[in-house]
Amino acid sequence: MTTFQPLDVVRRSASVTTSPAPNRDVEVAKLIDVSKCIGCKACQSACLEWNDLKEPVGVNVGVYDNPHDLTPNTWTLMRFTEWENPTSGNLEWLIRKDGCMHCEDPGCLKACPAPGAIVQYANGIVDFQKANCIGCGYCVKGCPFNIPRISQVDHKAYKCTLCSDRLALGQQPACAKACPTSAIMFGTKAEMVAQAEKNVSILKTRGFDKAGLYNPPGVGGTHVMYVLHHADQPQLYAGLANNPRISPIVEMWKGVSKYAGMAVMGLAALVGVAHYAIKGPNKVSDEDEAQAKRLAEGKS
Amino acid sequence: MTNSWTDIKNTDLVLIMGGNAAEAHPCGFKGIIEARNTRGAKLIVVDPRFTRSASVADYYAPIRQGTDIAFLLGVIKYCIENDKVQWEYTKNYTNASFIVGEGFTYSDGLFSGYDEAKRDYDRKGWSYEVGEDGFAKVDPTLQHPRCVWNLLKEHVKQYTPELVERICGTPKDKFLHVAKAISETSAVDKAMTSMYALGWTQHSKGSQNIRCMAILQLILGNMGLRGGGMNALRGHSNIQGLTDLGLMSNLIPGYLTLPVEADVDFATYMGKRAFKPQRPGQVSYWQNYGKFFVSFLKSMYGTAATKENNFAYDYLPKMDVGSYDVLRAFEMMHQGKMNGYICQGFNPLMSFPNKDKVRAALGKLKFLVVMDPLKTETARFWEDHGEYNPNNPVDVKTAVFELPTTTFAEDEGSLTNSSRWLQWHWAGATPPGEAKTDTWIMAQLHLRLKALYAKEGGAFPDAITNLHWPYKNAADPQPAEIAKEINGYVLEDVENPTEPGKKLLEKGKQVAGFGVLRDDGTTACGCWIYSGCYNEAGNNMARRDNKDPDNTGAYLTWAFSWPANRRILYNRASADLTGKPWDPKRKIIEWNGEKWSGYDVPDIAPTAKPDTIMPYIMTEEGVGRLWVRGLMKDGPFPVHYEPFESPVVNVIAPKIQGNPAARVFKGDMANFGTAKDYPYAAVTYRLTEHFHYWSKHVSVNAMLQPEFFVEISEALAKEKKIEAGSWVRVWSMRGSVKAKAVVTKRIKPMQCDGKTVHIVGIPIHWGFMGAAKKGHGANTLTPFVGDANIETPEYKAFLVNIEPTTPPAVA
Repeated sequence: MTTFQPLDVVRRSASVTTSPAPNRDVEVAKLIDVSKCIGCKACQSACLEWNDLKEPVGVNVGVYDNPHDLTPNTWTLMRFTEWENPTSGNLEWLIRKDGCMHCEDPGCLKACPAPGAIVQYANGIVDFQKANCIGCGYCVKGCPFNIPRISQVDHKAYKCTLCSDRLALGQQPACAKACPTSAIMFGTKAEMVAQAEKNVSILKTRGFDKAGLYNPPGVGGTHVMYVLHHADQPQLYAGLANNPRISPIVEMWKGVSKYAGMAVMGLAALVGVAHYAIKGPNKVSDEDEAQAKRLAEGKS
Repeated sequence: MTNSWTDIKNTDLVLIMGGNAAEAHPCGFKGIIEARNTRGAKLIVVDPRFTRSASVADYYAPIRQGTDIAFLLGVIKYCIENDKVQWEYTKNYTNASFIVGEGFTYSDGLFSGYDEAKRDYDRKGWSYEVGEDGFAKVDPTLQHPRCVWNLLKEHVKQYTPELVERICGTPKDKFLHVAKAISETSAVDKAMTSMYALGWTQHSKGSQNIRCMAILQLILGNMGLRGGGMNALRGHSNIQGLTDLGLMSNLIPGYLTLPVEADVDFATYMGKRAFKPQRPGQVSYWQNYGKFFVSFLKSMYGTAATKENNFAYDYLPKMDVGSYDVLRAFEMMHQGKMNGYICQGFNPLMSFPNKDKVRAALGKLKFLVVMDPLKTETARFWEDHGEYNPNNPVDVKTAVFELPTTTFAEDEGSLTNSSRWLQWHWAGATPPGEAKTDTWIMAQLHLRLKALYAKEGGAFPDAITNLHWPYKNAADPQPAEIAKEINGYVLEDVENPTEPGKKLLEKGKQVAGFGVLRDDGTTACGCWIYSGCYNEAGNNMARRDNKDPDNTGAYLTWAFSWPANRRILYNRASADLTGKPWDPKRKIIEWNGEKWSGYDVPDIAPTAKPDTIMPYIMTEEGVGRLWVRGLMKDGPFPVHYEPFESPVVNVIAPKIQGNPAARVFKGDMANFGTAKDYPYAAVTYRLTEHFHYWSKHVSVNAMLQPEFFVEISEALAKEKKIEAGSWVRVWSMRGSVKAKAVVTKRIKPMQCDGKTVHIVGIPIHWGFMGAAKKGHGANTLTPFVGDANIETPEYKAFLVNIEPTTPPAVA
């Protein structure tokens, strides 16, 4: 397995400087075929084990999802949905591995105000750089999939790294390695798109006419993709976004309003300069000095 | 498994019934996904619950727990009536044509020969009619009214799709869909694999559940084929090894049996084990019993086992009852008749039915020794854990010794998996603290006992003092030494009778396999079926060459598969009477006019002619048994009986209700509840997130499924005003538990014989030790009744009641 050049940064949060022209030939992707997933949670335990994370023992609240949501320690979570298919009348138990989608156009990175706290590598991975994180939580707001979580312990943001550390050593992500049914596969994005086509065609022969690849264009495609039996209804899978895109507030803040704001700042500076040019520097009069002296001595 | 995990990919149809492979065997499940992706195989799941396996199935049909026999007899009837039978196979490779003796009857759920007082049958009347030549009579035309085929046809006649729906609650259309899919595999180029586990074994008629599918697989011609077979998915990494090595009270290694009291001497014992062929020229391989048995005695008693003393036959214990299985052991303990208990790698307080009875029984012991890597509930039964384990330590007089052992990852040895593969493993970590290997502990016990007997004598010390103990360090036998002993070795040179002067066997060498074992004391072998695992070629269990010519899934050079490194049992049956494979694409072995060869080790003598020697070499008949004469205690054919606790009356035999030959102890008969007080049908099971009662000690697993819960349908939740995630109390005639409620669409009420049956699903994994939340064990509720043949408790079908409740008091 080739290493995927994980450390070539192509984007950096809150930074104007860009990296040298990156080589994007080795974009990677994780493909999760939901139709092959048996919900065993091996991926979830592998994630905890590899990343040395500890999630406290919780309680049962009437479902199989444990913990009940992503947390600063749980970067991937099996979500279980019971759905009665109105067409066939059959029950379907839809099980989806939730976690960071590693968007090509990452909303978290766009929203992040801390320079270099979120980066995107040449291979497509979106990674959080803990040292630069200020814990503001804007990445949570910026994410169209509601993925990052802020730790109450160190006030930093956490999410799946796509095992960028393992990739650097030529290893696949821990979850993909642990998956017993090859429901999780990993490779270059091109390979995974081709693999998805095969998987989708098998699903179609099995009667799932609407089977398809989930690689949403609204975020420029993702580096974690799903094969879904019901690709026309992603929301069935524990509310997977139908058409995810970066929040308009983030877009506006980092887009139009950012430039508008900069324009206002620039204008203010210009006015200042003009004022100086016309009026010259402020001068202190004798009267001002006397007034100041009185104030300092406590007399009015 | 008759086949192997790596063979599942060769199938056309996977039937998961009586198991839940995705849930309990997630790693093996990959074979199913591969079969589907590469061959377009279909997966059908039949289960009371819509399981994780069902979530990826092509078809799911519900069934009420404990009614599998009715369903399968219905499928057999469907196949017969729709001419979906592999006729050549059925006529030649099964006992369909054998004629059963006169006088056999069956009516209203009972076969002839029943003794109600003994709850047992006189099975003599189930024999074949014997001809003047001394062999069983057959009618190859299948016309004789008492030939097995006609008896089977008659026996299944009543199991119509309508009756199946009444009993099983499986809607008729769903039953017919499944029956049709199964029946299509009667084609010679189609195979079905049956993947089952404890969903079939843990019933009062568990053995007959499995036999019923075996009958079906035989008439479909699916036995011995790639992608076919009866595939028992074992629930522990080495539970196959446990049964193989005879860790049952009535067995010795290799499925040989311990003598009973009536076997007063060696001659009597062997006389009952003649295994005379029932048809001319058939192999009846168990005729070699004496070779395996004597070689076993030689490995046990060494030089103390001589021809003169019948190889120390008298040293073996003689059973005074049929078996001292775990239910009987705890019954005796409860009665104060058993005073000491060594509990090795075992947590009976959590694993056995009727937890309150087990706890009381442990409290009557003088001493309890627990050998385990974990702090088990059994070792702490005397502690007070509030309502999870109410006890007053002051009142418990039992002395408890905890001996910490290594885990599988901390020692070396072999594990035998479901595929019958003996796979060697090496220590991956150093054991913590004072943990020692089980062999070290057992050696210490043995040496100390031996010394005590030598010093003080005793009523019969010979069996202990003469035990063969050939290890380099007597205090610490090494795994390789034990493995070599199990494989077997030569004690004396044996001349080759055909080539005088040449040695057939050379003293001091490992035997090549069980084929050379002898009954004259010149060979020793610890477990004949494992012979070949560590021979002169070395440790074959440690082989890791994964080449697989033509991708058949055989992997002959990976580890060692018993018997004789054979990967598919009965593989001779994959070829027809001329020795050609039924389906050339599924070739395993083939007859070339002189001998058998192919991808696997032939399950027949290499030169056995295909038209004369039949494939089922282990049976006296030479063929597969649709009918059994005396081997099954509860009947030559399976019959539908209700679980001992059932929500409905047995519609085929209202007076019989439960299996009439199942083993029930006196006091426990009074401990069965009725549908009036306990209206709901309960079933216990495992979850993927946990392994029995071990993994709750691991924080990651504990987090993934933190807390004891039960699963009920939305309808029952509504009826009982139970909210998802709230506390419920579930109680049976044996006890009461509190758990969280998971309200799910995956469990639906069923209609059985006009009655709505609600199901309560109870996962087993919680106790009062470990990292997970404390929980009442599921076996607080289960009944103390064992299968008629192997005494496995009926964990899978019993009655409970349920109501909303308040959280348990903090312990």
